[in-house]
Amino acid sequence: MRHTIQQVFRSGKFVVGFSIFVAVLLIVIVYPLIITYPPLEIISQGTFFPPGIYVNVYDSIGSTQYTLNLDNTAANRIASKLSNDDRLAMKDWLVADGIPENEIDITNIQALLDQWEKNYDPAQKIAGMTNAKRNYYIRLNNSLKGLLSTEGVSIAVKNAEMGALEETGVVAQSNYVNINQVPNVRVLPLGTNSFGRDVLTELVKATNVSLQIGFVAGIIATLIGLTLGLLGGYVGGLADDVTMFVTNLFTVIPTIVLLILISFSIGQEKRGAFTIAVVIGFTSWVWTARAVRAQVISLRNRDHVNLSKLSGHSIVHIILTDILPYIASYVVMALILQISTAILAEAGLSILGLGPKTTLVPTLGLMLNWALIYQAPVLGKWWAYLPVIVAIVLVTFSMNLMNTGLDQVFNPALRD
Amino acid sequence: MKGYRKYFLNKALWFVVTFVCAFLLNFFLPRLMPGDPVAAIVARMAQGMSNATGVQAIYQQYTELFGTNKPMLEQFFIYIKNVARGDFGFSFSYYPRTVADVLKSSIWWTICLQFPAIIVGWIIGNTLGALAAYLKGGFDKVLMPVSIYISNFPAFGMAIIMLVIFGVVLEWFPTSGGYGFDLIPNLSWGFIWSVIVHYQLPFWTIVLIAIGGQAIGMRSMSIYELNADYVKYARFMGIKDRKIVGYVFRNAMLPQITGLALAIGTMVGGALFAEIIFSYPGLGFTLYNGVMGQDYPLISAATLIITVMVLSANFIIEILYGFIDPRIKAAQAD
Repeated sequence: MRHTIQQVFRSGKFVVGFSIFVAVLLIVIVYPLIITYPPLEIISQGTFFPPGIYVNVYDSIGSTQYTLNLDNTAANRIASKLSNDDRLAMKDWLVADGIPENEIDITNIQALLDQWEKNYDPAQKIAGMTNAKRNYYIRLNNSLKGLLSTEGVSIAVKNAEMGALEETGVVAQSNYVNINQVPNVRVLPLGTNSFGRDVLTELVKATNVSLQIGFVAGIIATLIGLTLGLLGGYVGGLADDVTMFVTNLFTVIPTIVLLILISFSIGQEKRGAFTIAVVIGFTSWVWTARAVRAQVISLRNRDHVNLSKLSGHSIVHIILTDILPYIASYVVMALILQISTAILAEAGLSILGLGPKTTLVPTLGLMLNWALIYQAPVLGKWWAYLPVIVAIVLVTFSMNLMNTGLDQVFNPALRD
Repeated sequence: MKGYRKYFLNKALWFVVTFVCAFLLNFFLPRLMPGDPVAAIVARMAQGMSNATGVQAIYQQYTELFGTNKPMLEQFFIYIKNVARGDFGFSFSYYPRTVADVLKSSIWWTICLQFPAIIVGWIIGNTLGALAAYLKGGFDKVLMPVSIYISNFPAFGMAIIMLVIFGVVLEWFPTSGGYGFDLIPNLSWGFIWSVIVHYQLPFWTIVLIAIGGQAIGMRSMSIYELNADYVKYARFMGIKDRKIVGYVFRNAMLPQITGLALAIGTMVGGALFAEIIFSYPGLGFTLYNGVMGQDYPLISAATLIITVMVLSANFIIEILYGFIDPRIKAAQAD
C-alpha cells in the first residue's frame, strides 16, 4: 500500500492535479473561517458592481485628511471622466461643425476643451445626426463643466432650524484620506452579481456545494457500477446478460435526456442539492459498470481465484479478497472521473434551469445560470461568469490530471 | 453478403429494442415521480387565481387533456396513438401552437448545425491526432496539452468564452439567434447571409468541443498501431512509408468510429448547451424555453426526439462501420 502511494506521487501529472485539487479544497475550507459573511446575503443595491475596494464616502469625508502634492492628478481626473471614445466623439462633432480636422488635437485636453467651449451649441442641429446621439453630446457637455477648475468642493450641513446650508469644511483637490483610517471599507475582489451578492464569497460556497454534489453522485454511481460490473462479470450467465443489456441500453440513451426528464418531473420545490446529486449518481454509472465487468472477466479464471473457489470460500469472500483488491485502482480512477463528470452534469442541469432550488444554496451551475439569465457575457460583466467557469475547469481539470497520472502508474503500457 | 445481413439484422434489432426502451422511459419516468403532474401544472397556471371553481375547471380540463384520470396502461396506449400521428398536444409556452409545430421548425436548425459540426470536429480531431502520433516532437508537445485542456473544458464554458471573445469583444459575429432579429425567413441573399453569419459561432464551438477528445484518442490509437508488429514487418519488407502510414491510420481509425458512436450522445448533449448559450433556434434552445415556461408536453416531445436522433445516428454509424471494417464480415461469416 505504502509503495503504491509512493509510486503514485512520483507521477508528475498526478502531483500537479493533486496540488490544484488540494489548493481548491483548502480555499473552500479556510476562506469561510476567515471571511464569515453569509454567502447569499444581498449587499448591493443594484446589480453587477465591478470588482474593487469600496470605501464609504461619508466616512472618508469625516476622516483625517492629508495633503499630498502629486503631479498629474488633474490629468488622471480628466482621463477618468473623459474617455478616448468621448474625445473622438467630440472631434467628430467639431469636424461636423466645420472646423478643419488638422486643427483638432485630441491628446491635448486643454486645447480640445477650449475649442469645445467655443464652438459647441446644444441647440445646433447637425444633418444626419440621430436624436440619441444629440442627447449623448448634451450629456457629455454637462459632465465637462467644472472639469478643469482648481477649486475644492464645499461640505455643507443643513441647519436643523433654519433649513439653510452651512459650510463646515472644504475638500481641496489635493486632499487624501488613508484607507486604513476609514472605518467602513468592503473589499469585493470579484464585485457583486445579478442579485447584488458578493461574488467571491458566494463562489467559495458554491464550489463547496458543487464538490459535495460531485462526491455524493460519484460515490453512488461508482457503487452501482461496481455492483453491476461484479454481478455481470463474476456471476455471469443470465445475470451478465441482463446487466449487459441494461448497461448497453443506458450507454446509447443520452444521459442528459434522462437527467432532464427526471429533474423536471421531481419539480422545482423538491429539488435540493442532495436530490440532484442522487439523480446524477443514478444516471452516470454506465462506464464504471462496463470497465469493472471487463476487468472482472479477465480476473475470473486466474489461478488464485480458482484456488479460492476450490477452498470453498463464499462468493462474497472471493469478491472481497480475490477480486476487489485487483480492480481497486480502476475503481478509484472511475470514482475520480465520476466526481468530475457529476460536477459538470450539475452545472449543465442548472444552466437549463433544472438545478437545485435557487434560494437555499449556491452551486457553480446556478451561479452560471443566473449570470446567463442576466446577460452578463453580453453586458461585459466578466466577474459574474468567468470566475465560475475557471472554478469548474480547475476542479475538473485537476481531477482528470490525477486520473491520467494514476492511469500511467497502473498501466505501464500507457507511459510515454 | 450473408455475413453482412446477419450483422445488419442484429444492429437493426438492437436499434428497435433501444428505441422501445427509450420510449417507455420517456413515458413512464415522469409519471413514476411522486406527485400528480396535472396538479403541479394547474398549480403553476392558477397562481394568483382566487376563484376556486375556476381552478377546479382548469384541473378538469387538463386531466381530460392528458387523460391522467385513466389507468396508466390506457394512458400509455393513448400516448402511443398520439405520437404515431405526430400529435404531441398543445405547447403551454407557445400556445396556441402545437408541440409538433414548434419542434418541426426547430429540428432542422439542430440537424443542420450539429451533424456537420460533429463530423467536421471528428475529422479535424482525428487528423490532428494522427499527425501528432506520426510527426511527434514539437507538434505533439504543443497539440497534446492543448487537446487535453480543451477536452476537459465544459461545452457551456467553451460556448460562453467563444461568445465573449468573438461576439462581444471582437464583434466579428452576432451573439444570439439563428438569423437577424429584424428579418423574416425567406430566400433572399440578405437572409441567407445572416443565417451564415449566425451559424459560425455555434458551429465552431461544437467543432472545438469535438476536436479535443477525438485528437487524444486517435493519437494513442495511432501510437499503438505504429508500434505493432505488422508495421515493423512491413518496414523489413521494404514497403514504402506512405503505404504503411495508410494502413496504420485505417486501422487506428476503426476504434475511433466506434468511439464516435458511443460519444455521439454526449456530443449532442454538449451541442445542446451551445445552442442554449447562443440562443440558436434549435432543439436545445426550444427545450430550454420549455423548461423556463414549465412546458411539460414540449419537454417530453423534445427529449423523445433528441433520443431518437441520437439512436439513429448511432445506428447509421454502426452500419457504416460494418462496411468499413472487414473483420466484421469475417466474424459474422464464421
